[in-house]
Amino acid sequence: MTAARTCRHCDSPIPAGTAGEFCCAGCEGAFHLVEGLGLEAYYRRRCVDPAVRPLKPEEESGSVHDFSAHLSVDAEGIATLHLMVEGIHCAACVWLIEALLSRHPAVTWARVNMTTRRLTLRWRAAEAEAQEVLGPVFLIGYRLVPYDPAKLGRDTERHEKDLLKAMAVAGFAAGNVMLLSVSVWAGHFTHMGPATRDLMHWISALIVLPAVLYCIRPFARSAWAALRNGRTNMDVPITLGVVLASAMSLAETIRGGEWAYFDSAITLLFFLLIGRYLDSRARGRARSAAEHLVALDAVAVTVVEADGTQRLLPPNRVAAGQTVLVAAGERIGVDGAVAEGRSDVDTQLITGESVPAAVAPGALVFAGTVNLSAPLRLTVTAVGERTLLADIVRMMEVAEQGRARYVALADRVARWYAPVVHTAALATFLGWVFLGTIGWQPALLNAVAVLIITCPCALALAVPVVQVIASGRLLRLGILLKSATALERFAEVDTVVFDKTGTLTLGRPELIRDGGWSDDDLVAAAALAAASRHPLARALVAAAPAAAIAADVREEPGRGMAAGAVRLGSRAWIGVADEAASAGPELWLGRPGRAPVRFAFADELRPDAAKVVANLRHRGLQIELLSGDREPTVRMVADRLGIAAWRAGCSPADKVARLEELKAGGRRVLMVGDGLNDAPALAAAEVSMSPSSAVDVSRTAADVVFQGGRLEPVAETLRVAVVSRRLVRQNFALALGYNLFTVPLAVAGLVTPLIAAIAMSTSSLVVIANALRLSGGRNG
Amino acid sequence: MTNLLMLIPVALVLGLIGLAAFLWALKSGQFEDLDGAAHRILFEDDDPPPPSPSNTPAPKGQG
Repeated sequence: MTAARTCRHCDSPIPAGTAGEFCCAGCEGAFHLVEGLGLEAYYRRRCVDPAVRPLKPEEESGSVHDFSAHLSVDAEGIATLHLMVEGIHCAACVWLIEALLSRHPAVTWARVNMTTRRLTLRWRAAEAEAQEVLGPVFLIGYRLVPYDPAKLGRDTERHEKDLLKAMAVAGFAAGNVMLLSVSVWAGHFTHMGPATRDLMHWISALIVLPAVLYCIRPFARSAWAALRNGRTNMDVPITLGVVLASAMSLAETIRGGEWAYFDSAITLLFFLLIGRYLDSRARGRARSAAEHLVALDAVAVTVVEADGTQRLLPPNRVAAGQTVLVAAGERIGVDGAVAEGRSDVDTQLITGESVPAAVAPGALVFAGTVNLSAPLRLTVTAVGERTLLADIVRMMEVAEQGRARYVALADRVARWYAPVVHTAALATFLGWVFLGTIGWQPALLNAVAVLIITCPCALALAVPVVQVIASGRLLRLGILLKSATALERFAEVDTVVFDKTGTLTLGRPELIRDGGWSDDDLVAAAALAAASRHPLARALVAAAPAAAIAADVREEPGRGMAAGAVRLGSRAWIGVADEAASAGPELWLGRPGRAPVRFAFADELRPDAAKVVANLRHRGLQIELLSGDREPTVRMVADRLGIAAWRAGCSPADKVARLEELKAGGRRVLMVGDGLNDAPALAAAEVSMSPSSAVDVSRTAADVVFQGGRLEPVAETLRVAVVSRRLVRQNFALALGYNLFTVPLAVAGLVTPLIAAIAMSTSSLVVIANALRLSGGRNG
Repeated sequence: MTNLLMLIPVALVLGLIGLAAFLWALKSGQFEDLDGAAHRILFEDDDPPPPSPSNTPAPKGQG
């Protein structure tokens, strides 16, 4: 589009040929609404985020959710509603939404949380309906979806708060004890009296023991759970080390001894809690963003009762045999048979086929497809467990069980690390008792020193620090890591399997300039097409936005459009004799007295698809294409991208079968797909990725969700994963190298609390510094 | 020695005050929306004019 002019409201380009300062009537209305309320400062203050959907009011802003189910009214008549907001670009949007809502006289509280993009709204229920209060926000172009705060992310939130509290307590205790410990260490050189030293130790004990009891819970819980299942993890040596260090220090203090490890115990916990907190926060953010995407897609179904009244119901509350109304452009929420109406149905998400299918009364349609051209009345045939959707979900579950339980690298290290450490400590004790000349008490002290010094502080930080930095970096690029081990699994991938429609391609057809038509033909065709929602008609209009809508257009669903004698539509509708079938979707324009003109369309590739595929191949990855679409289309895409291994017409089960085949051949497969038909394959693959435009089932199945119209995130994630793996391995080497150096000292009984503290802090800092290299430049 | 007996409790009490302040802030939701708080101050207006029902637009079916 060449127009440099942008819409005053949504800031997207104004289509050529449209007069005025707005791109559409909706934007104009929104602008006047904002101006009328004296909030036009918004347009000066905002900065438009190109990654977010432009602030364009939807044409059917009336078809919003039913808020009543999520509304809670308290004893004083104040209604509370929690909503997720989509379309927030920057802080000015937050200000605008809050200002808009506060202007309503009934509203008592309106607050948008910018971090989570959630709105809490309270108003006097007797004075206004939810729709009335929220109306202006919809008109401006934001989308609001109610949610139940009790169900969404409460557990993670509480967990995160607990970790933060524990971290604060540990930090407080560590800081204060370090103050005392430094003076004790200094005392070793300046002959501090034993009374003063004991006082210091007692005060340290007083601070540390309650703090340790409080802060060790997250580790102890996880260690206990692991032990009960007959496994060990990193938390076992951590818990054991900290508890033993505290107990031994207490015993030493009571005895009036020289060495107490209170500072080591609490500093260790402090460092570890920082790692845990960062880890949980990074993953919590990605997960809440993913939940947000899923919830925004939740659809309500319009059920027509026997007496003709209409009700909005969630799909799971619709019964078989009921009649459901599906407006043009709406997603179908249930499986059903068409009772009334003719239309075209976009089945892309189910079958991967890019050309819509025509349906007439009696035809079966499936949940997840989109009704394109005319309203339909459906008789519900299946709900819940018996729908196609449920079948696919079941297939997905089976595939998921087949996916071998992946063991995180840290757990694999812990598996042999913990026994080795515990054996070393035991050997030290026995060695000193039987071979040495000292009593059992000093021998026990030395054994405990081994446990403290090997307490895997650096080891436990090695993975989370890298994970946090990697996931933060990916999050900034619009890539959400949903699974903790996704990056590790990504790094091992050697085969990439792509879906076609919506993954390699954008999933919407575009007009091909093949020279078979002139600009006049295009304008004439666009004049008819402008009245339709059919994706091909939309694509035609997008190519000729200046065209005015022809008068008196009528649409014959499943066939085409007509205005007087001019017709636009399928081959049969125009009356073209069925010549050799040509590949790909097409529209024909028929005018009296002139030869029919053919417009061909193709589902365009994502702009960087060829580059990304070439890049992946260059790295030695094997690329495959599995599509549910027809053979000619798939062959064309495969040829253009240079993918030799491709299969067309795959059912969901075929895709899973091919993945199993690859797996049996020892390949580690990354599956990238978006459709419902890909969901089982996504679950079956070693690791999987889904664009954010995918159906929610696929996004749930995928380990990674990426946003935007480009395919680059696939290559970027692989790259970050490989770099992360290298850093994690380096970190493990550093941490183990430090142990190799200090364990002999501990076994020999030469470790003092000062040495323990220095060794532990330096090794942790080295590991963190190493991980930080990932956030720097784009090396690697 | 006597100053130690005074200074250590003082240090601890100061630390405890800090800890208590942090835990209070955490509990009262001060950390819930860090991005919003940073930007909100830029757009804070003088008190908006008292709302009256006349300037509230009724929602329309078509945007």
